[in-house]
This record gives sequence, structure tokens and C-alpha cells, in this order.
Amino acid sequence: MEEVPHAIEEIKEKMKTVKHKILVLSGKGGVGKSTFSAHLAHGLAEDENTQIALLDIDICGPSIPKIMGLEGEQVHQSGSGWSPVYVEDNLGVMSVGFLLSSPDDAVIWRGPKKNGMIKQFLRDVDWGEVDYLIVDTPPGTSDEHLSVVRYLATAHIDGAVIITTPQEVSLQDVRKEINFCRKVKLPIIGVVENMSGFICPKCKKESQIFPPTTGGAELMCQDLEVPLLGRVPLDPLIGKNCDKGQSFFIDAPDSPATLAYRSIIQRIQEFCNLHQSKEENLISS
Amino acid sequence: MEAAAEPGNLAGVRHIILVLSGKGGVGKSTISTELALALRHAGKKVGILDVDLCGPSIPRMLGAQGRAVHQCDRGWAPVFLDREQSISLMSVGFLLEKPDEAVVWRGPKKNALIKQFVSDVAWGELDYLVVDTPPGTSDEHMATIEALRPYQPLGALVVTTPQAVSVGDVRRELTFCRKTGLRVMGIVENMSGFTCPHCTECTSVFSRGGGEELAQLAGVPFLGADMAPPPPLCPAGSVPLDPALMRTLEEGHDFIQEFPGSPAFAALTSIAQKILDATPACLP
Repeated sequence: MEEVPHAIEEIKEKMKTVKHKILVLSGKGGVGKSTFSAHLAHGLAEDENTQIALLDIDICGPSIPKIMGLEGEQVHQSGSGWSPVYVEDNLGVMSVGFLLSSPDDAVIWRGPKKNGMIKQFLRDVDWGEVDYLIVDTPPGTSDEHLSVVRYLATAHIDGAVIITTPQEVSLQDVRKEINFCRKVKLPIIGVVENMSGFICPKCKKESQIFPPTTGGAELMCQDLEVPLLGRVPLDPLIGKNCDKGQSFFIDAPDSPATLAYRSIIQRIQEFCNLHQSKEENLISS
Repeated sequence: MEAAAEPGNLAGVRHIILVLSGKGGVGKSTISTELALALRHAGKKVGILDVDLCGPSIPRMLGAQGRAVHQCDRGWAPVFLDREQSISLMSVGFLLEKPDEAVVWRGPKKNALIKQFVSDVAWGELDYLVVDTPPGTSDEHMATIEALRPYQPLGALVVTTPQAVSVGDVRRELTFCRKTGLRVMGIVENMSGFTCPHCTECTSVFSRGGGEELAQLAGVPFLGADMAPPPPLCPAGSVPLDPALMRTLEEGHDFIQEFPGSPAFAALTSIAQKILDATPACLP
């Protein structure tokens, strides 16, 4: 336990070159955290002058390499630490997936070992100068979440984006996640309702595959006084592109889902910039 | 059943099936619940053990949210969901004072609770105990398998969706099963397709092919394979998305009555039959 404060100091130093840090959370599995994290990264990286880092701390189920089209890539070490794997010049990725030699390798680790890996990712990866660090997390409220919040405690996290589907079974877990954020004093940028409505490719009529029986994210956000950043509909092209490791924005630039994503990404940027100018005002006053 | 340790509360449980997935949100809890109901429909006495400590969803699905858990002389009494007492449930969800309270525990505390769940619930006589797990291959899974090992589980059903992203995680779960000596009874592919209620066009909302690919890779049965007539125009051999069923699960009432009317019911009945066929006969 003695070395944890030391690690926190080292991570704080390392994070000095990282302007904004965003955690993507959900209490619930399978709501589209990794899909969202990947596309948040793609969206922000469209500006060539913005440097983006995507860190996947889902140790047991690392989906980011596949979604980013980086399966089979390995991590290289240099004098300055571990090199991220670059999708574009301005978009670097790190995941435990890159450390496994086979797609069948299972990471059967208990909490302490997972925490050690997360510490290494935060301390030893040579991200360089980064505008946005996006951290994709596993479902739940456990070791990984406690660790990342603890290790980044003094390095200042801008906030968390929480993903849900419209279903009560998801909202049930997301309410817990919101309470977790409040308990650990992690600011909440807002909630994204994913898989919100489906447009049939044949008849173009809308249906609700995951009916919002208890008012969906909108009502929950009102009740808990948390911003609803937007709703992303289910577009079958999203899944197909994730499977191919491509950005969905390129395949379907005019899809309602793409437009929804872009609006949400803009709101996240606004939150981060507002935060930054508030801090700068505090420092200069 | 010869156990070196005290057989205790699992002595009356004939067969234990775990429902696993490397991936979150593929429908493990839904499939666990549907499987338990399908086995009950086939005349069996079934229990469901929900060891997802962070996201216990089953109480709500079965309209049992807020039910109190009572202690009896042999331990905790499970919650019975019907008058005939043919289906019972134990979940950490019942122990949470405030349902919105997060269970933010690290590994050792989770392990301790799982051990207690496994040994202290007075299940009584059961034909099948279906154990629902959280996603991943970590503390909860190791604790569950270690606690159940003396009772020789029948095996595991592994759930995936059709997407490659799901297959990517579920392959690792198959490795986990191999390493821990847990027999994989088969792969279930969930959310296989959505039939538009307006025009009956079936769309592969979450891509396609994952279940079969996984079954082939791992050399295990694709359990959906020979189901009774599939829903119109939807790919054979899998469990389709059924919003009406999901609505019922959400609302948490009458699911036990409504389930037989769902397109998913045929798929689950077929899966349950395969499990019944694979279950060794027991000496009375």
C-alpha cells in the first residue's frame, strides 16, 4: 500500500502533458461504451491539429483493438516508455489486447493484478502531448473503476460520460454508476442514450427495440439532475463497421446516428473547454 | 454425489448449470431466466442464483424486486416466484437496502459474498440450479467456480451476440472454461435478428455469424442449431430480439405467463431440451 501514493505522484507528472481526460462509464455491459469511446476518439481526431489518446482499461474484455482495426498489433517499448499503437498520426491507442499473443488468451486476473496493469498504463505509456485522453472502462463498479479514479485523483479528470440504453435494466445500473461518480467526486459531463430507436432499412418506419418502459434516459436525467447529452439510434451499420474495425462516420456520414454522435461530441468539447477556461481564470485571478 | 466436504445446502440440487459470457450485455441474465422457465415448463424444479454483484438484474425481470430475504434454520431462504414453489431465486439484489446504491467492492469482498451465497442458501430439492454470472473472467467467476467445484456442475452455457466484437471476448471465456475444467455445453447466440413490426423484414441489427463461428472455433455445439420453425424470415439457429418480451421483462410482471407466447420461447425450449438430453440420469 506504501507505493500507491508514489505511483499517484508519478502518474500526475506523466499526465501533465494531457490536457483533458474523459472517462466513459456505464454500470451496465453491452450498452456501447467501447463503440462510443472509439467514435468519440475518431470524431475528435478528425481535426488533424488535435492529438487524441484512447486507453482501454477493460482488462478481461478488451474490445478497443478490434473496433479500431488494430487487432494483432503489439506494444513496443522505448527509452521513454510504452509506445501507443497509432491508428492515425494524431490518434494513439493502448489496450491489454495488444499485450496478448493470441485472440484466445484469457486474462484471468484478480483485482490487485488488474490494478497493477492500470497503473502501468497510466504511468508507463508515452502518450506525449495530448489534447484528449479517453478512457474506456469495463462494465460495473469495481476494482478497475476505483483504481482509475484513485490513480488520476491528483491529475484532474474533466469528467465522465455515462452510456445507457433506454431500458430500465440498464438505467438501474446507470443510477448506481451516477451515485458512484458522486461518491468519488467525479464530475459528470452527461449521459448518452444509445440504441435509442431503430429505423427499418426496408420500410423506413421507426420501432423501439429496447422500449423505454420507465421513461428512458430522459426521465432519469431529469430525476437525478444530470445532463442528457443526446440519443443515438440503432443503425445496423454501426455493428458492421465495428466488426471491420472502421469508423462508422466514414461509411455512413449522413446517418441519423452519425449526426447524433457529432452533436454529442460537440457538447463534450464545450464542457471541457468551459472547464479549462474556468481553471485558467482561477489561476490568473 | 460424493463431496469431500459437507454437502450442506447444495445436497438436494441435482444439476448445476452456469451461464457465462466474456461480453457484457449479450443477455446472460435474460437467457438464464428464460432457460430456468423453459426447464420449469418441462416439469423440472429450478432455482436461479444471480451472482452479478454490481448489476443484479434478475429480481426485476421476475417481478421480485424489493422482496425480503428470510433466514431459516439452514440459512437463507430463497425467494419463491410461484405458488407451486417450482421456481426460486437468490440475488444480491435482495440484500441491497437502496436499489440505487452501487456495490463498489474490490475482489476479496466479492469472493466472500459469493462463497456465502453458494453455501448458505437453503435451496432444498432442485432438479436444476441455473447460475447467472457477470461479464468477464475475474474474481466473481473464479470464486463461483471454486465454490461450486465440489458439487460438479453439469457445465456452462456460453452466450454471445452475432457481432465479431462479442466473439472476440467470448473466445477468451471459452479459454477460461478450459483452464478451470468447466465443460462448455454449448453456445447460445442471442439478439440474432429483429423483425420489423411494420413490414416483417428481418434485419441483423448486431451483425451476423458470431454464434456459429464461435461454436466452430471451440468445437462445441451451437445450441440454437435445430430449433423448431424459426421466426419468419429470421436466420435459423439463434434467439431473436423480441421487444414485446423485453417490455414484459422490464415491467417485471407476468413474464412467467407471457414468455410462452414469445418467438424466443421456441429457441429456449429447444435449448432446454438439449440440456435435458445431455443430463445424465441420476440414481433416485
